[in-house]
Amino acid sequence: MTRTKTSPARAVLRTETRLFLREPGSLFWVMAFPVLLLLILGSIPTFREPAEDLGGQRVIDLYVPITILLATIMGSVQSMPAVLSAYREQRILRRIATTPARPWHLLAAQYVLHGAAVVIGAVVVLLVGRLVFDVGIPGSPAAYLTVLSLALLASLAVGGLVSGVARNTKMSATLGTVVFIPMMFTSGVWLPVQAMPGLLRDIVELTPLGAASVALDQAARGSWPDLQHVVVLLCWVFGLGALAARYFRWE
Amino acid sequence: MTIIEVRGLRKVFGDTTAVSGIDLDVSEGEILGLLGPNGAGKTTAVECIAGMQRPTAGTVRVAGIDPAADRDAATRLIGVQLQQAGLQAKLTVREALGLYASFYEHPADGITLAERLGLGPKLGTRYGQLSGGQQQRLAIALALVGRPRVALLDELTTGLDPRSRRDVWELVEEVRAAGTTVLLVTHLMEEAQRLCDRIALVDSGRVRALDTPRGLVARSAAPAVMAFTPDGALDAGGLRSVTGVVDVRERGERIEVTVDDAGVLAVLALLDRLDVRPQRLRITESTLDDAYLALVGATDASSENLTGEPQ
Repeated sequence: MTRTKTSPARAVLRTETRLFLREPGSLFWVMAFPVLLLLILGSIPTFREPAEDLGGQRVIDLYVPITILLATIMGSVQSMPAVLSAYREQRILRRIATTPARPWHLLAAQYVLHGAAVVIGAVVVLLVGRLVFDVGIPGSPAAYLTVLSLALLASLAVGGLVSGVARNTKMSATLGTVVFIPMMFTSGVWLPVQAMPGLLRDIVELTPLGAASVALDQAARGSWPDLQHVVVLLCWVFGLGALAARYFRWE
Repeated sequence: MTIIEVRGLRKVFGDTTAVSGIDLDVSEGEILGLLGPNGAGKTTAVECIAGMQRPTAGTVRVAGIDPAADRDAATRLIGVQLQQAGLQAKLTVREALGLYASFYEHPADGITLAERLGLGPKLGTRYGQLSGGQQQRLAIALALVGRPRVALLDELTTGLDPRSRRDVWELVEEVRAAGTTVLLVTHLMEEAQRLCDRIALVDSGRVRALDTPRGLVARSAAPAVMAFTPDGALDAGGLRSVTGVVDVRERGERIEVTVDDAGVLAVLALLDRLDVRPQRLRITESTLDDAYLALVGATDASSENLTGEPQ
């Protein structure tokens, strides 16, 4: 009997994709909620008018990168750690370890799927921003993509760290929420970083999402982001990545 | 041909010794049972043979492969059903079988396996919605779907109803007939007696006895049980002094004497001398159950003697 055999990694990814589509909660918070928030904010008339203190930008212009970062946070620290913890706790990794597929295939699939969901969420936000609120398509797409990728990697590392540190699924959810709040704040969900007062802004720009928020806006306006923001992001990506690897547990 | 070869296997977790020295040879096509009390080290031994635990000392070879070192080769060769292992809650039975089958070069038909195990009506059901027994049967199907050369089954029928249990036993016999070597951990004497070619009695991390089920029964100190109702007063305790008698139990009117072959006649002779007639006398071969208790009981006593000895 001849049959084309797909690699275990690919079979796992296919199955995990199917399962991911069965999680309406994750799908909503990562791919729908950010764009809904953008629509709600955009329905406020003053947010659609150029503001002097924002250098002539409109609030809605700033909220396109912010809601994209919101999607990033939702996917990375709200949705993903719960899945990773459950796979460990329910000994799903243990069972897959008895087969030619490797447990890391499952974990990698989860990272890939949550990353992909964030990218889809980002594209939806950009499209709605463009079509509904006339927000320009990023002027420097390569820079935009680079910054977004770094922000995504840093956030996924936070998610990985959360599920590694938390002893069980319940604790993982709690811890996820604890880091979720400051991540939202620094990304500018409540107050755009650009509108924050001096010292606070300086501090927030040293956080991964604060740096990403400012850098994305710069890339959206067509310039390369300040080197400082890129360096800050890179440091976080490597630092958090190392921590996530350090605290990672199979069982 | 020996397919599983275990030499001097030791596994220590912190300051507990789970396995303190196991040697085992399993021939290709054999069904070997690991039998023993809880905490005897059976599961740890199986996990070492599966390559999921690295032995503290000793060697394990499955078809010449070190299963902990060469995971790729080992996982293609060995199907494992673990006591504790889950699946994604929203994965259906059909999808799980399809996924696991896709990992192997020449898989069995997962749907047929599921039907053989009574999961036919549950193919579209999600794992999280299955009962414990159904999850257990799915675990067996997943362990066998790759047509492994060696199947390691840890308490394969625990929690199953008698009907499902028989289905599982028939399947294991079929799989063996098709050439798979089976190593199973069990608590059920009936299961061990029916399925196993040989049984390794494991206690305190060691193999205490290794024989065919029949051999184990014969080897135990007292292969016969005589039960009777004395027609007159009888000091049952006095029977203990008869050579060959291992145990005497009183159950209401009836007296049960566990005894070796020569002892049977000695007991009858004693009763005759005492002028007591054994009414409704039955002499039966003791079961694997009795043998198990006799052998594990003996090692319990010896392990007590060992306490305090440096490990």
